[in-house]
Amino acid sequence: MRRTFLLEIVMIVAAVAFLFPVYTLVVLSLKDPAQISQTPLAPPAPPTLDNFTAAWSAAALGPSLVNSTVITAVSLAALIALGSFAAYFLARVQTRLGYGLYVLFLLGIVLPFQLGMIPLYELVSDLGLIGTHAGMVLFYTGVQLPFTVFLYTGFIRALPREYASAAQIDGASHLVAFTRVVFPLLRPITGTVLILNAVFIWNDFFTPLVYLGGSGYETVPVSVFAYVGQYVSQHGLVFAGLVLGALPIVLVFLALQRYVIKGFASGLKG
Amino acid sequence: MTPVTAGRARPARVRRRRFTPASPSWLFAAPALAVYALIVLYPALAGVVYAFTDWSGIGREMSFVGLANFRTLLGDEQAMGSIGNTLLLTVAIVLVQNGVGLLLALGVHARLKSRALLRVIFFAPVVVSPVMVAFLWKYIYNPDPSSGLNGLLGLRVDWLGDPSVALWSIAGMVVWQYAGYSMVIFLAGLEGVPRELHEAAMIDGAGTWQRFRYVTWPLLAPAVTINLMLSTIGGLKLFDQVFAATGGGPGYATETLSTVLYKQAFVFGKFGYSTAVALVLALFVAAVSFVQVYYLRSREVSA
Repeated sequence: MRRTFLLEIVMIVAAVAFLFPVYTLVVLSLKDPAQISQTPLAPPAPPTLDNFTAAWSAAALGPSLVNSTVITAVSLAALIALGSFAAYFLARVQTRLGYGLYVLFLLGIVLPFQLGMIPLYELVSDLGLIGTHAGMVLFYTGVQLPFTVFLYTGFIRALPREYASAAQIDGASHLVAFTRVVFPLLRPITGTVLILNAVFIWNDFFTPLVYLGGSGYETVPVSVFAYVGQYVSQHGLVFAGLVLGALPIVLVFLALQRYVIKGFASGLKG
Repeated sequence: MTPVTAGRARPARVRRRRFTPASPSWLFAAPALAVYALIVLYPALAGVVYAFTDWSGIGREMSFVGLANFRTLLGDEQAMGSIGNTLLLTVAIVLVQNGVGLLLALGVHARLKSRALLRVIFFAPVVVSPVMVAFLWKYIYNPDPSSGLNGLLGLRVDWLGDPSVALWSIAGMVVWQYAGYSMVIFLAGLEGVPRELHEAAMIDGAGTWQRFRYVTWPLLAPAVTINLMLSTIGGLKLFDQVFAATGGGPGYATETLSTVLYKQAFVFGKFGYSTAVALVLALFVAAVSFVQVYYLRSREVSA
C-alpha cells in the first residue's frame, strides 16, 4: 500500500513537470506584453483575453477551421469506403496475385512520401487541383490508403467467413453481403481507422503548406504557421493563436479520450 | 466397430460440407488501387527516375546524368552532415522516447488512483500538430535566463542557438510530444500479461526486477517491435519540428535528410538532386523496417 502511494506521488510530480510547457503556453496567452517581459513564469495578474480576440481575427482561424473540417471529413469518408471494400477483397482472395496486391499496398506504408513529392505536385497541378479542397482530399485518400487497407484487412481476416456465407446462401451478392452484413461488423476497426487518420490529416503540415499556401483555403496548421511568422516577437499573441489552433482537436480528444487512446494503442497490431 | 463408425461418419461429413462461395470480385479493390497507383505508386516511381536526372523543376526538360546526383551527395558536406544528424536524432528519439514511454507505462499500469488522469495528460500532446508543438518549444527553449526552461531550471543554455546542443533540444521536444504514444502501446502490452504468471513467479520467490525481466519483458516484445518501428520511421522522416523550430540551423547543425531535400527542391530548384536525397531517405527507411520486422519478430513469444 505504501509503495503504491509513493509511486503515485512520483507519477504526479512527473505529470506536473510534463505539463510545464502547457502551463507556459496558457499563462503567456493570458498576459499583456509588460507582464510577459517582467514576470514570464508567474501566473497572469490580472489575466487578459485581449490576445485571444486579436489572434482570432488576425490568424483567420474561422475559415481555416472550416477548411480543415471539410478536408478531414471528406477524406475520412473516402478512406473508409475505398479502404474497407479493397480490404474485403484482399482478405478473402486466395490467389497469389491477390496476395501480391496486398503486399503492394503495404509497400505504401514504408515509402516516405518525399520520394514522390515532386512528381505528385506536378500531377495535382496538371489536374488543376492545387489550392483546392479536392486536391487535398485526393492526396490524403491516396497517401493514407495503405495504412487503412492494412488495418481493415487484418481485421476482416480474423472475422469468420460464415457471416457473409450465410447471407450468400440466402441469395445475397458479395456487394450486399459486404455492405449489409460484414461492414457493420467492422465497427471497432472503423473507429480506429477514423481516429488515426483524422489526427494525421488534421495536423498534417507540409503538403497543405505547399498545395494551399496563399490560396485562401489554408488548413489550421498552415494558418497558424503563417500567423506565427507574422507576429513572431509578440509572444502573447502567438500563444493565444497556438491555444486557439490546438483547442478544437484537444477538446475532441478529451471528449473521446478512451476511444482515441484505445485506437492509438491497438492501431498497429500487425 | 471402428470401421463402422468411420463409415457412418463419412456421409455426415459430406452433408455438412461448408458452403464456400467464390472470392469477391477484384472490382472491390479497383477504386482503391486506382487512387493508390495515381497518388503513391506513380509519383514514387517517377521520383526514382528523376533521381537520375538533372531536372530543374521548370518545364519538362531534363537529361539523364546517371549516378551524378549520388556522387554530388557524397561530396556535399551539408547533405552528408544531414545523414549523420538524421541518424543521431533517430537513435536519441528511439532510445529516450521508448525508455520514458516504458517507465510511464509501468507507473500508470500500477493501481494508482490518478491513473486515468495521468494517462490522458501524458498522451494529450500526441494529438496536437507537431508544428504548433515546435512553436511552443521554441519559446520554452529561448536563451533568456529568466523565462522558459532556463527560468525554470536556473540555467543559461542557448538550447536552439548553440550548434552542439540544438539537435538534442529537438530530440527533447519530439520525446515530450510522443512519449505518451509509446506509453499507450506499452500499456496495451502490459494489459496482455496474465496476472497468474506474475503470481506464479512470486510464489517461486521472484522479486520485482526478476518478474519484470523474465515475465513482463519477454511478453512485451510485440509492443517493443511496434514502438521501435514507429519511432524509428518517425525519426528518420522528421521534418515539421525541425522546419518550424530551427529551419536546419544554426549553420547546418540540425539539418536532416527531410530538410535538405526540401531546400534543394523548393529553395535551390534542384529537383533531380532533391529526389536523389529522397531516394536515400527511402532506402534508409526500407532497410530499417526490414531489419526490425525480421529481427524483432523473431524474439516475440506468446503467453
